Amino acid sequence: MSPVVKLLAQRIALGLLLLFLVSILIFVGTIILPGDVAQSILGQSATPEALANLRRDLGLNDPPVTRYFNWLFGVLQGDLGTALTSGQDIATQIGARLGNTLFLAFWAAVISVPLAIFLGLLAVRYRDRWPDKLISGVTLASISVPEFVIAYVLIFFVAVKLRWGVSVATINDSMSLGDKLYAIALPVAVLTLVVLAHMMRMTRAAILNVMQSAYIETAELKGLTMFTIIRRHAFPNSIAPIVNVVMLNLAYLVVGVVVIEVVFVYPGMGQYLVDHVSKRDVPVVQACGLIFAAVYIGLNLVADVVSILTNPRLRHPK
Amino acid sequence: MADTLLEIRDLKIEATVYPPGEKPQDIVIVDGVSLALEKGKVLGLIGESGAGKSTIGLSAMSYGRGGVRLTGGDILLNGREIRRARGSALRALRGHEVTYVAQSAAAAFNPAKRLMEQVIETSLWHGVASRAEAEARAVALFAKLGLPDPETFGQRYPHQVSGGQLQRAMTAMALCPEPDLVIFDEPTTALDVTTQIDVLAAIKEAIRDTGVAALYITHDLAVVAQVSDDIMVLRNGKTVEYGPVDQIINHPQEDYTRALVSVRSMEHPEKTDEAESVLTVDHVTARYRGTHFDVLKDVTVSLQPGHTLAVVGESGSGKSTLARAITGLLPPTKGAIHFAGRTLSPALAQRTKDDLRELQMIYQMADVAMNPRQTVGTIIGRPLEFYFGLRGEAKRKRVQELLDQIEMGEGYIDRYPAELSGGQKQRVCIARALAAKPKLIICDEVTSALDPLVADGILKLLLNLQEQQNVAYLFITHDLATVRAIADSIAVMYQGEVVRYGPKASVLSPPFDDYTDLLLSSVPEMRIGWLEEVIAHRKMESAGH
Repeated sequence: MSPVVKLLAQRIALGLLLLFLVSILIFVGTIILPGDVAQSILGQSATPEALANLRRDLGLNDPPVTRYFNWLFGVLQGDLGTALTSGQDIATQIGARLGNTLFLAFWAAVISVPLAIFLGLLAVRYRDRWPDKLISGVTLASISVPEFVIAYVLIFFVAVKLRWGVSVATINDSMSLGDKLYAIALPVAVLTLVVLAHMMRMTRAAILNVMQSAYIETAELKGLTMFTIIRRHAFPNSIAPIVNVVMLNLAYLVVGVVVIEVVFVYPGMGQYLVDHVSKRDVPVVQACGLIFAAVYIGLNLVADVVSILTNPRLRHPK
Repeated sequence: MADTLLEIRDLKIEATVYPPGEKPQDIVIVDGVSLALEKGKVLGLIGESGAGKSTIGLSAMSYGRGGVRLTGGDILLNGREIRRARGSALRALRGHEVTYVAQSAAAAFNPAKRLMEQVIETSLWHGVASRAEAEARAVALFAKLGLPDPETFGQRYPHQVSGGQLQRAMTAMALCPEPDLVIFDEPTTALDVTTQIDVLAAIKEAIRDTGVAALYITHDLAVVAQVSDDIMVLRNGKTVEYGPVDQIINHPQEDYTRALVSVRSMEHPEKTDEAESVLTVDHVTARYRGTHFDVLKDVTVSLQPGHTLAVVGESGSGKSTLARAITGLLPPTKGAIHFAGRTLSPALAQRTKDDLRELQMIYQMADVAMNPRQTVGTIIGRPLEFYFGLRGEAKRKRVQELLDQIEMGEGYIDRYPAELSGGQKQRVCIARALAAKPKLIICDEVTSALDPLVADGILKLLLNLQEQQNVAYLFITHDLATVRAIADSIAVMYQGEVVRYGPKASVLSPPFDDYTDLLLSSVPEMRIGWLEEVIAHRKMESAGH
């Protein structure tokens, strides 16, 4: 077996193992949370008999291990359970929400990733001169301000004063793509500002690191222009760290957008999760946690795979 | 002087340095150097590290490495002044009229691209040739430089070929766009002697056949004597002596040049007294964990107190692995190590404090063998504390004694490693080893990273200390001049085996086995025409067989 295939198989197996461990962690975490589901469903005035009955019906009296495996096998078959509070199927509910979150994340990524890499290259090209300092300063400022502040500032100026966008990003299936994009323009702008700095600075650092290499001097002594050197010689050798930080930020766009979704009243996973945490709806919290973990592990797996595939030593063994 | 290709007049090069705790200062690193190079000739630039030879070499491409600035004088290439050239004028000459061969070809090739792509890049960029022409030329150069499978060699990635092959590939890369001038910056320094001679011969032949001019930069006068027409000796950024190769090698005018010429002629009469061995390596076989290949095969050597055993061989021959086995870092799979009348336990963890104390080690890279955040006093004081429990004034006094022994004086006790020169750092490492009062010191390539004159000083110091303290050295080196200078007995290693072992005089006299013969005859000699003789001799031999 070629070393690349072996390494890839190892990484994927490790990813699955990690997901399994995380599922245990999520389950244990939700068990040790204070509070009682039955109590929160029935309210403070419920009789002890009613509470006991509900606990039995929900299976809360089974030992935790049994409950864990029942849940795990359900998940493996695509059954995430039913929400305790509404009695609806979680998978169906999450499906639509996840779609919305991915829609938002996708457009934020489409704008921010190429922009970040381009700005990173630009910063390297004009290193320590004003374009570099301007890019670094602006992106650093945007990452330092809490995202909800950026969100409200944008809402105030763009949506309220200039009336160029809408402050409530409500979307539904009957809207056309154009309408949807118009609706999410502001949250996409905020998310772009939030993730841009990290990716741009990592791109800059990764390429600068490679620019110290002797083969960059070789390229310079070949008479190549600076931009050609960066494009041909530096960039191919800095793909792995760049992809790594891009994937981390993509993961953030999916799992970390709770605040933005709440600010813009966007019907995504984050808001769904927050709602159900406050209602102590354990199956929903578990399902959301597992999906977030899967997205996170999956994207990092992609980063690992890319860095393995871009390493010439692994692709072309001696 | 119609044929003058490169003329440098009164060159001045400056750099900004940032000494710790002080304001940045501008220092002059090359001052008032002038030279002229005709078409098709080779000028050797020679000097110690810091002499400014690479900096001068790169100035022929109007390039300053790092923060180096070419601040004064004229650099004329093909009659044009290039020191003040900027932008596209500069890019037009780099890689087109002048090309560069770096010391470490392994680092100078982009690991993500195939060799062919990199070799022909310049020709395509400057529009010298079409892709097909450039590739054909590259293949022809690969063949001329003796690379294996020239037709397909270019399809490989840099990590798929050896160091010597990469160095030749870099020469091909430099010659491919048919430049007027090639700058060779220590192209063979990082190679084994047996590889160096092949690369050297290939470079010399390529220079002769293509009629290109060259600046050949090296710290090894014996090497530069083989390829140059003229030699310039540099020291601290100034010209010491400049003239035809015959004058520099055979009739040097300056003391410094004379010292460089005679640097390799240090001799050391071997000691022959018989005594109980301090170290006996008894049929030791070893391999690294998880591998199925013995890196040491049935190695047997022994060493008397106060004697020096030199272990020689090229990289990968197992000489450093032998040191690891003796120190316990790599427990042998077979055999035993007897030391000072007892048998050492194979693994480091089971050895007694006395075992550790009496067996010390000095490394090639003194820089990384010391904690940069500790002072010289702390570094040398550590073994005094650990082995002898010395504290306070007693420790400081002993550190001062040790500093005297390494001829450095107590003024250095509060200095940090970064404030020392390369030779001084290695001296501190020697003092640290001596502090433990060892019976045996393993010296692993301790002079390889040093300039010849500095290395000579270290060797003399080691010999003096041996005389005073009767300490034995196991001296690992690839440099046979060092061996002559210091050894009493010699073990020649090749692919994990000791192929020749005995007192120095008998190991170094004929009849030789094939490998020792190859090794000995590959060491450059300070003599014009040596390279041709060896190559001709080898061709005759291979024809005779």
